Amino acid sequence: MKKKQSKVVQYNRWGYYFLIPFVVVYLLFQFVPLVTTIYNSFFENYRSGLKQIGPNFIGLGNYVKILSNADLWKYAGNTMIMWIIGFLPQIITSLLLGAWFTDPSLRLRGQRFFKTVIYLPNLIMASAFAMLFFTLFSDSGPVNSILMQLGIISKPFTFLSNTTAARSLVGAMNYIMWFGNTTILLMAGMMGIDTALFEAAQVDGATSTQIFFRITLPLLRPILVYVLITSLIGGIQMFDVPQILTNGTGDPARNTMTMIMWLNKHLYSKNFGMGGALSVLLFIITGVLSMIVYKTSSSSEVN
Amino acid sequence: MTETKQSHGMNIHARRFISYLVLILLSFLCLIWFYILFINATRSNAELTRGFTPIPSSYLVTNWQNLLKGTLPVVRGMGNSFIVAGLSAVLCTYFSTMTAYAIHAYNFKLKKFMFTFILMIMMIPTQVTALGFIQFMTKLKLMDSFIPLIVPTIAAPVTFFYMKQYMDSVLPMSLVEAARIDGAGEFRIFNTIVLPLMKPAIAVQAIFTFVTSWNNYFQPALILHTDTKKTLPILIAQLRSADFLKFDMGQVYVMIAFSIFPVIIVYLILSKYIVGGVTTGGVKG
Repeated sequence: MKKKQSKVVQYNRWGYYFLIPFVVVYLLFQFVPLVTTIYNSFFENYRSGLKQIGPNFIGLGNYVKILSNADLWKYAGNTMIMWIIGFLPQIITSLLLGAWFTDPSLRLRGQRFFKTVIYLPNLIMASAFAMLFFTLFSDSGPVNSILMQLGIISKPFTFLSNTTAARSLVGAMNYIMWFGNTTILLMAGMMGIDTALFEAAQVDGATSTQIFFRITLPLLRPILVYVLITSLIGGIQMFDVPQILTNGTGDPARNTMTMIMWLNKHLYSKNFGMGGALSVLLFIITGVLSMIVYKTSSSSEVN
Repeated sequence: MTETKQSHGMNIHARRFISYLVLILLSFLCLIWFYILFINATRSNAELTRGFTPIPSSYLVTNWQNLLKGTLPVVRGMGNSFIVAGLSAVLCTYFSTMTAYAIHAYNFKLKKFMFTFILMIMMIPTQVTALGFIQFMTKLKLMDSFIPLIVPTIAAPVTFFYMKQYMDSVLPMSLVEAARIDGAGEFRIFNTIVLPLMKPAIAVQAIFTFVTSWNNYFQPALILHTDTKKTLPILIAQLRSADFLKFDMGQVYVMIAFSIFPVIIVYLILSKYIVGGVTTGGVKG
């Protein structure tokens, strides 16, 4: 008996051995970089022309400087606006499609085909997709040419010089790339709802609209929170699409410049102090948001 | 059943019609871009400047040959992308399965802590540590190398989480114990019994890791500087920053098609597994 027990303990040591690759790689490639990023944020360290300034310890100086910088709030605003332009239609479409796909009385055919098609854009290289949109919506591109052939406009519309149009293009691309993913996530949640509830409601004479708003939506709340917050975290990371679409300028008038594009600029110009402070701010925001996801998903598992 | 429903709310046929209409419109919205891309990739620069037509032309091969003759190292770029994405997929799935197995099969003091910890770091974006990442890679003399793009995928919390969930449903511990009685070592049990059982999950996650790595732009752009080492997304960005009007638009479209269509083809072949694998984890846009 005693011998067997010690053998089990010996097996269990393998738990640690098997964790070694993950832990080592995590420490080297994520944890050390995180710590040095935070460390950098307390130092004045940038290049001014050919002259290197710093690194000098300045405490929270970089944070004071960045939080009082109007650009930060401008870019944060841009990021949020473009995220909302993509997210609102996305959640509405996904709820609608999810409800239709899971509604047994509708018996939709070709579900696999539609799911395959709407998920497809999610796998496309975002930078190539943005490049494609850039060429399609350029002044002499096919979209302008089609609109002129149809007689809707008489001269090319400059999509990329108009703030609303440029932001909408970014939002639209995010919408096209992500609504399929969200639909599939919400569907999984909807299929988890006990069908007896729907049947009982139908017997009581509820319409499908009533069923959707009174039963599906409230029961879906945990997964909706999950979708909302993961999408928000993804939105904060928005980079590839506006970067390629505007060639990194964030034009017109830096109105499509996102926070990560700004961070990218700091990294290229080796402005490590400000870049560090910006990284830490983004880290804190995403950290708080992931805590919310973690809390809601673990509490819904208990239920 | 349907009778009672017809008396309340909208007629079932009308609802079905609206659903199909919306679905067809959305499918159109998803596919039209790739159709235009394909058409334009087959047309010459002169044809393209004349405006859009929905009928393909015959310049696909010519455009492709011109692209190869050009300054962008596209074939090399595709090779680089394949190496980075392929190795990432292999390392990521193998070691994520191993990490999941450690948590699944053994009881040790830090088990609960590790599991919670991995879940907590799941959502932290790589961008926020990019600064320290470049500095550290510079110190290790790993800049302009593929290693910083491949090796970090070994610690992939999302893949780990998927593997762990899949393992909970397919791997009975009795199987492992039987192998132990037969005298197999723990590492051999993992390689010969656990890995084969996990094949379906590994396939799904290998595709996801491959595609994510293939499409990744932010990190490779910071790490890779030599022309011959650049991956496709970086070349796309270069194409964007090149003086646009000097370009042969036919080549631009072929280049975009060239980076997008391999993934589309693989996806269409394997879509059944991919769409089923979406539901677990991941950060979205």
